[in-house]
Order: sequence, then C-alpha cells, then structure tokens
Amino acid sequence: MDSAQGVYICTGCGIGEAIDVEKLEKVASSEHSAKVVRTDGFLCGPEAADRIRRDIESEGLDRIVVCACSMRACTEQFDFGKGTMVERVNVREHVAWTQEPRNEDTDMLAQDYLRMGIVKSQKSEPLSPYESGQEMSRTILVVGGGMTGMTAALAAARAGYKVVLVEKEARLGGEAATLLKQLPSKPPWTDLEDPGVTLLASRLESSENVTIKLGAEILKIKGGPCLFDLSLRTASGEETIRIGAIVLAVGHRPYDPGKLAHLGYGQSKNVVVSADLERMALDGRIVRPSDGKPARSVVFVQCAGSRDAGHLPYCSAVCCLTSLRQASYVRSLDPGATATILYRDMRTLGLYEHYYKKAQDDDGVFLTRCEVKAVTPGEGGTVTVEADDTLLGEPILLEADLVVLANGIVPRTREAEVLKLEYRLGPDCPEAKYGFPDSEFICFPYETRRTGIYAAGTVRQPMEPSAARDDAIGAALKAIQCVEITSQGAAVHPRALDISVPDFFMQRCTQCKRCTEECPFGALDEDAKGTPLTNPTRCRRCGICMGACPERIVSFKNYSVDMVANMIKACEVPPEEDEKPRVLGLICENDAYPAFDLAGASRLRLSPFIRFIPVRCLGSVNIVWISQALDKGFDGIVLFGCKYGDDYQCHFIKGSEICSTRMKNVGEKLQQMALESERVQLHELAVNEHAKLKQITDEFMETIVKVGPNPFKGF
Amino acid sequence: MASHHEGVLVIGGGVSGMTTAVEAAEAGREVHLVETNPYLGGRVARLNKYFPKLCPPWCGLEINLKRIRQNPRIHVLVDTDVTGINGARGDYKATLRTRPRFVTPGCTACGECAAACPVDRPDEFNHAMTKTKAVYLPFLMAHPQRYAIDAAACPGASCAKCVPACRYGAIDLGMKAVETEIHVGRIVVATGWRPYEAEKLASLGYGRLGNVITNVMMERIASREGPTGGRILRPSDGRQVGSVAFVQCAGSRDENHLPYCSAVCCMASLKQARYVREANPEASCEIFFIDLRAAGRHEDFLQAIQKDEKIRLTKGKVAEITEDPATKQLTVVAEDVMGGSLVRRPFDLVVLATGMVPNGLPADLVPALGIDEDGFTIESEDLGLFGAGVAAGPSDVSGCVQQATAAALKVMFRD
Repeated sequence: MDSAQGVYICTGCGIGEAIDVEKLEKVASSEHSAKVVRTDGFLCGPEAADRIRRDIESEGLDRIVVCACSMRACTEQFDFGKGTMVERVNVREHVAWTQEPRNEDTDMLAQDYLRMGIVKSQKSEPLSPYESGQEMSRTILVVGGGMTGMTAALAAARAGYKVVLVEKEARLGGEAATLLKQLPSKPPWTDLEDPGVTLLASRLESSENVTIKLGAEILKIKGGPCLFDLSLRTASGEETIRIGAIVLAVGHRPYDPGKLAHLGYGQSKNVVVSADLERMALDGRIVRPSDGKPARSVVFVQCAGSRDAGHLPYCSAVCCLTSLRQASYVRSLDPGATATILYRDMRTLGLYEHYYKKAQDDDGVFLTRCEVKAVTPGEGGTVTVEADDTLLGEPILLEADLVVLANGIVPRTREAEVLKLEYRLGPDCPEAKYGFPDSEFICFPYETRRTGIYAAGTVRQPMEPSAARDDAIGAALKAIQCVEITSQGAAVHPRALDISVPDFFMQRCTQCKRCTEECPFGALDEDAKGTPLTNPTRCRRCGICMGACPERIVSFKNYSVDMVANMIKACEVPPEEDEKPRVLGLICENDAYPAFDLAGASRLRLSPFIRFIPVRCLGSVNIVWISQALDKGFDGIVLFGCKYGDDYQCHFIKGSEICSTRMKNVGEKLQQMALESERVQLHELAVNEHAKLKQITDEFMETIVKVGPNPFKGF
Repeated sequence: MASHHEGVLVIGGGVSGMTTAVEAAEAGREVHLVETNPYLGGRVARLNKYFPKLCPPWCGLEINLKRIRQNPRIHVLVDTDVTGINGARGDYKATLRTRPRFVTPGCTACGECAAACPVDRPDEFNHAMTKTKAVYLPFLMAHPQRYAIDAAACPGASCAKCVPACRYGAIDLGMKAVETEIHVGRIVVATGWRPYEAEKLASLGYGRLGNVITNVMMERIASREGPTGGRILRPSDGRQVGSVAFVQCAGSRDENHLPYCSAVCCMASLKQARYVREANPEASCEIFFIDLRAAGRHEDFLQAIQKDEKIRLTKGKVAEITEDPATKQLTVVAEDVMGGSLVRRPFDLVVLATGMVPNGLPADLVPALGIDEDGFTIESEDLGLFGAGVAAGPSDVSGCVQQATAAALKVMFRD
C-alpha cells in the first residue's frame, strides 16, 4: 500500500521564535518529499485539527508527523483515529525550551529531530490487535482457599466472572479456619468477630460462577494470560482447565517453632506458640500443657523470630494484634487470669489503635516494652522470662504459667513450588527481598514478574486481616482487567492497551538464548534446540528481547532495530573541522523522557549537540545502534534510564540494569577498536531529577571534547 | 423501571481516586474522575519521596497519568465539586459544579501570563511557604498542564494584564461556573485527607514558634521544587539546619485530638531524618516516639536508620517546646522513658509528625452514607458507595493503591 505522509509543524509556544521554521519545512518537503507540509501557530487548536482532518481525507494521508510539543502533551488533540499513524517530534520541550533561540546549532538540532521523526513514521506499519487464534478464557483461577483466596474468588464471581478456586487441603478456610475469633473489621474497631470462614465458604459453594476444587494438587500450569492450561489432580482424577488469569493466595505458615529454642521452645512444655494458644482457646480452656492445670498467668513474647537477622528479618505485621486478641481470650475465659505482653514496639496501626486502647483498659492485661533475653523452665512447671532494656531501667524477671511466643509468618512459596509454571525461567514468580514475590510494591503492588499472575494476602507481604481482605479484591480486579485487556489483543501494565507485539524472524535465530534468559517476565520459553517459543499474551512489549538479540531478529511494527538505525543514519553529522560534535542520546520513555520534558519546562539550557531518541526501555537498546552511531560519525552515545538495583524504579524490573551490563561490554569493544570507552555513558535518572540534566550532559560533552572527534567521522 | 448505569463517579483525584479510575476503566467501566483542585495528584504530588524506596512520587504519577491520557473511558474534571447526589445504587444522578479557572484548555503552559501578572498569592502547594502570581501553574508536572487563576487573589477585569500576554487567547476572565449532571451506577469516595491542625497542640508551639513545622511542610522543604530548593533551612533565618527533632504522634493516639494512629507518620519521620542526613552529613536528628511503627517489610528501613549514629531514637512523649527569643533556637522537653528521666535538648528545627484527618464528603450530600466516629467513610454495598484510600482509613501509599484497586472491583459487583 502506498503510504502518504503529512508533516505538520507548530510555531507556537516559542517554537517559531527559537527555530527557523522555513528550514524545517524544507527538510520535510525537499529532503523527504512529504505529501503535505504545513505550519501553524496553534497546531493543537480546533482549526488546525479541522485542517489536518481535511488533509487526511483529501490527500489520503495514512500517517502524519506532528512536529511540535512533547508526545506527553496534547495527546487527545493529536489523535486522529485508528486509520492515521501519528509520530510526535518534540521541538518544544527538547529544542525551543532548552536551546539558544535563532542559532545555527538550534536549527540543526530541530532539523535532525524532524528527519528522525519522518523516517520513523515512514518505517512504521499499522498495528492490529494480537489474535491468538485460540479461544481466550476469561476464567479466573484462585490458588489457595483461605480467607484471602475465598475473598478474591467471591469478588470475581460477584463481578460476573467464572472462577476456579483450588485448595490443597480437604476443606476451605486456611489459617483463618484455625481461629476462635478474628480481629475487628469495622467501626468501632473494638469487637472481635467470627472469622467468617463458614459464611464465606457457603457463599462460594452456592455461587454459580465458582467451581471449588478441594484436596487439589497443581501438576503444572502452561501458557499465558487468557491461555493458561492448568493441570490438576484431585481425588476424582486428573484434568486440564483453560484459565484466563491467576490470583496467587496461598498465604503463610507460622514461623517454625523448632527454630525458637533460644526463646525456650522445646525446653519446657509450657512454652508454646500462637497457634497452640488458639487451639486451647477453641477448646475453651487455657492450661499448662505440662500438667493440665489452668494457666493463670500468661506471658506473650512478641517478635519471636521476627525483626531478627538470624531468623525473619522483617516484621510480620500481625503478631502484635494476634497477641492482643489472644490476651482477650485469656481474660474472658478466666477473669482471674492475667496476660502480659512483652513487646519492642506495639504495631497496631491505623484504626486498630482503637483495639489496642480497649486492651489497655483491661486491668488484667499488662503491656511493657523490653528485650526478652531468656525463657527458661522455672520451679514447679512455671516458666521464667528474663528481659532487659525495660522501661524501669533495670532487667526484669517474670514467672509465668504459660509463655506464648508470637511467632511470625513465612510465605508458603518459600517452602515448596506452588504454581509449577512450565516456564523456561522457573516454576514460580521470582522473589525479591525476604522471599515475597517481586513487584513494584509501592505503586503497583499486585504486579508480579509473571504477567497475568497477581499475588494477594500474606504470600505477597506480611499483613493483617483487613488488609488481606482488600488485597484479595484488588488482586481479583487485576486478574479481571488482565483477561479483558488481553482478550482485546493488548498489553497490560505498564504499557497498558499497547497492541504492538514483537515479531521474531526465527529463520535467522542462532539459539544464543539471550532473549529467553533476559526477559524479566519469562515471556519466552525454549524448544529443545534453544529456539525461543513466544507467548505473546505474557509479553509486556518492553522490547528487552529486541535489545538482547545479536542477530536482530526481533521487531515491532512501530519500533524496531532497523527503524532506529535509520533514524541515526538520517541525522546530519558535520565534518570534524566544523567543531560541532554529535552525540546520540537514548532515553527511556518512562522516567528519562519526562525528565527531559521537565528540563524544558524549567528552561534549562542544554547542549545543542545531543540527539535524543526515546526508547521503550533501555533494555530494548540493541548494541548495533552504538556501532551504527559511531559509523555515522557520532562522537559519543549517552543513555538515560530508570534506576535499578534493590530499590529499583525501572518499570520493566531490570531493563536498565541489563543495558548497563551490555554497555560495559561495549566499553571493552571500543577499547579494542582504539576508541575511548568514555564515549559511551549510561546514567540512571529518576523522573524528578531533571535539574541534574544540565550538569550531566555538560560534563558528558566536556568528556567528548576531551577525547576528541570520532576518528571514523567522515569515512 | 429504574435505569441501570454502569458508570462510576470517583470523587477525588489523588493517588487513590486516580488508581480506582484507571483500574476500573482498564477493566471496562466508564469513569468520571472529579477533583476539586486544579490538578490531579492530591497529597502525593506534594511529597518529596516515598518510603521505603526513597523514590519520587512523580514516577508512579507519570504512569497513571499516561494511562489516564490514553484511556477514552476516563473523563477527568478538575476544579470541580460534587454538589448533589440523588438516586439509588445503579441509578444515581450527580450534579457537578466546575468552578471557573479563568484559563481555557487552549493554554499551552508557556508562562507568559505569569510574567505579566502583578499580583502575588500564597502558594498552597508549598503550604504557603512561598508565593506565586495570581495566575500560576500548580506545579511543574501538573496535569492538566495548564495555568489557573486564583480567584481570591486576582483583581479580575480591572487588571487583566495577563490577557494580552497570552497568544492563544486562553485567558477568559469572564468564565463562569459550569454545572453538569452525570448518571452513574456507583460512587467511590476518594477525598483523601488534610493534616491535623497543629495549632491545637498548644504546648508544641506550632504557629507561635517559627522553627516548629509540620511533616507536610518538611516534605516541601526537602523537595527540589520546594521553597528552599531542597536544602533543609530554618524558617526563622534561612540558616542550614544542624539538628532536627521529630515529634511523633503529634495529636494522634490521643483522646484529646485524634484517637487513632495515622499509620504513616513513623515511616515518614524516619524518611525525613534520611533527608536531613543526606542534605547535611554533619546534621543530627532525634525522633521522639511512643512505638516505632515500621511494620512488615518496612523493618529494614528502620534498621538502616538505627545504624546511623547521628539519628537518635528516643521513646518518650514530648511535653513542651520553647524558644529562645533572640536566637529562635528551640528547646524540646521530653520524657526519655528508657533512660527514666525528663530531658531538655536544643534543636534548630522541630518537625511535628501530625496525623491525617479524612476530608469525607459534605454532610448533606449523601445523608445515608455511613461515616464512623473518626470521620472515615463506611462503605455500603446497598448504596453502591465505597471508600478508597485514606477516605476509608489511614494508610500509606501502597495500602491506598491496594485498597483503591479493590474499590474498582467492588463497583463491578452485579449482585
């Protein structure tokens, strides 16, 4: 099909004052023979939009280049429908607002940007949503039938979705089924409640949308969003079920009491853990296990195994509340008994403070801050607790009938494979610190590194029951959203609604396995030879595979190695004697591009010699672009991407980190070519660090001037 | 037969409202996102960094704004309040009143109007620690990226210097309020919070003593876009701060003020102590607390602080703060519970870690809507009304996002 391109140049917002627009027009009309070239003082205004629409009609334009403001601005105004591809060229934030007005270098910069935009537009092909050719399932799988899993299952069912709830044990309820009472979940936040397991289970059993599989073992899960195949074994045999998305809600296990010998567990029968106390309360009698006598003085030792580098380094978030709840059991079962809670910090956050206050009002409940040093058998079956760092300034010694160690929680994914994903990169969601599934846990808490799989409840992070309830419903929403978006052939977060898909030209694959290894989301499996097997519904469209491939077989219709290579070639590189260096800047769209926009909005004066090309993720940068830039005569390449490491901000988990490793290898290759490795530099940049950009880019240009022009320039 | 609407009204465009809106829209719902300020982002837009990663709020905001910009199902109205809600679950009519911004959508944020404007007004965004012109951009990354005119400060047609300065004819001093009506099936209250009024804590000196500030003010001071470019300076004389005290539970966990715990202030103060230390390696901090509520995975953030010798963590309530009238140096009188004594210590700056008070809704808007004693919204499936974020209960950003995502599914329940 013949492509017909229109180029529209805005002269508003200071663009016309800073840049020679006539020269820009010539780039479009003479150098690149665009079918229509127009300038306008107010391109985002309604009149200009009408004119563009008329041009699209009358000239049969299928693609336009909007040479104006940032692609982040005026998104609605420059949307002309599915039939028109729009390429945005930023000559406002990235040129007019950062450069010397009416200056030759400024004009050259703007012209190069327009050249690159025109070429990118010409190389783009129209997108259509991914169609798998298979029936896309919208069924939600919930793994784990405790409170969190049940809540997620019911929520999805109530929104009209079919749910399969899989539970390992013979009955629903999980940890909550072992409780006598649960913490308050509503105002006035002072009254214990029924755990609600029976009610919730019966609502699930009577729901038409929910299929419950008890005593079930997951054998394996294959596929991807909307196309998962769950293989299951129950008492009735084996079956395979097609699933759309998964909520992982397998919860936690209490920390192994066997590891709490240092707090007396195992040395005396009268040192127990929280679960033991709960069982006694269910029996209606709190007794000393050693002799069955009533326990009239119960001491709770908080943080047993938590907040401890040698055991669980994190805080388990719920034990303070658990002990308060159990203290109330002690008191209500025997008004003559006392409960003493030895804590480091009482962590009854938010509205649970009301529950803490109520416990403090009970004369038979004592709370004191201290560090428990030893728990040892005392006389006649009692237990002695020694503590220091107390509020009294002196060590204390307590005698108790019963000591309850408030042991923390461990996610069940730590002890065994749960999902049994048949993914090349492993059977479960990759973990981050502490063994909880890795995710952007502040801003996007549900997203694990496996697309379509959302963690909820105490398997995701330590949390108390109210939080787990909401967590369950939130994860169910993400699962529903995933099946809806994926069945439309689009991507989920962070490139939500993106319908481009990576295309693999397998004939040239050399089975190097870099792409299958580096994909942060495990979207690529491998056949026996090592050839990648794509799973497009798992794909987040970041292009890290595209950056990894040494044969360049991966491409998107609107973003490819060839496209960026041509953009680089489209730039004009002045000869060495002109003393105008040229630097290629590769900037990630997520944090770096907005930061450069903010630099423009702040009117920072930046070097005119750097040509920025936005990329989906630094991980998608293919190193051939470095050599092509050097071949073209660029003197250096600077890359800006999101922060990586433990506190990563990279929206694709480790794209910028992967790029950084690749660039170190590039540095070595440069030295082999007798080029200075300083010519290529990578910077981590947060979105609000725009103020640093002047210094960083100025310093880089100084380095480039120091090492001198690219010796291959002009060849 | 009553009509049934699938659309959702989200009242409040902070991180919680934005999250509910985006998540519900991506799951298929039409959403009206209504915000009273001239910009989206609410309180988190004013934070310097999030705990525990010390990452910028604008990062997550940018992603959500991108998702909002590209989703035709989300209809955003800023400068807008909800003036009436009538109907029942599945069939609500909500009247909205968009106050005049006096700047039209034609604004390109070029800034020429502000250059021409002769009037200053206190900058709300920086808690009145700085001024802007009467025509102003709410903050650098504001969305909509459009100027606004503060009607209280602007003299209007008698001045009008901004009008000819604008090349795009985007200033309309005659703009009137616009009333609209929408039909929705469900409503989500995401109206967020305001800081507890620290003036009510008489012995702590806020409002009287110049170098006593609140935690929200500290976020702005520590921000590069804030009143001091990110340097921690004393309000009284602009000198760099050498010693900072943080007073935890200032007005929280207190029968006389806010009886509940605001869930974020411990982590916020630990974070702000890091700001102080990173801005000035010679500076020292002391945090006066009751319990250190760095729960769950936040524990290691606390442990890193505990390793810093220049940050002292003292269990004990602060009784009183006084000031040397000449130097404006502050003295904090507090109990040192573990040491068993009352201590008196000098500080350049004191930060009161004040709690969050939910904004809720005007009382007459939905009389049937349950509000608990603390002012938090009680969700009602019968009414089809849900709370999201701090409107429902005190929480950090992660908890708000989690909870707001849950609200996006609750509005989809069919039964």
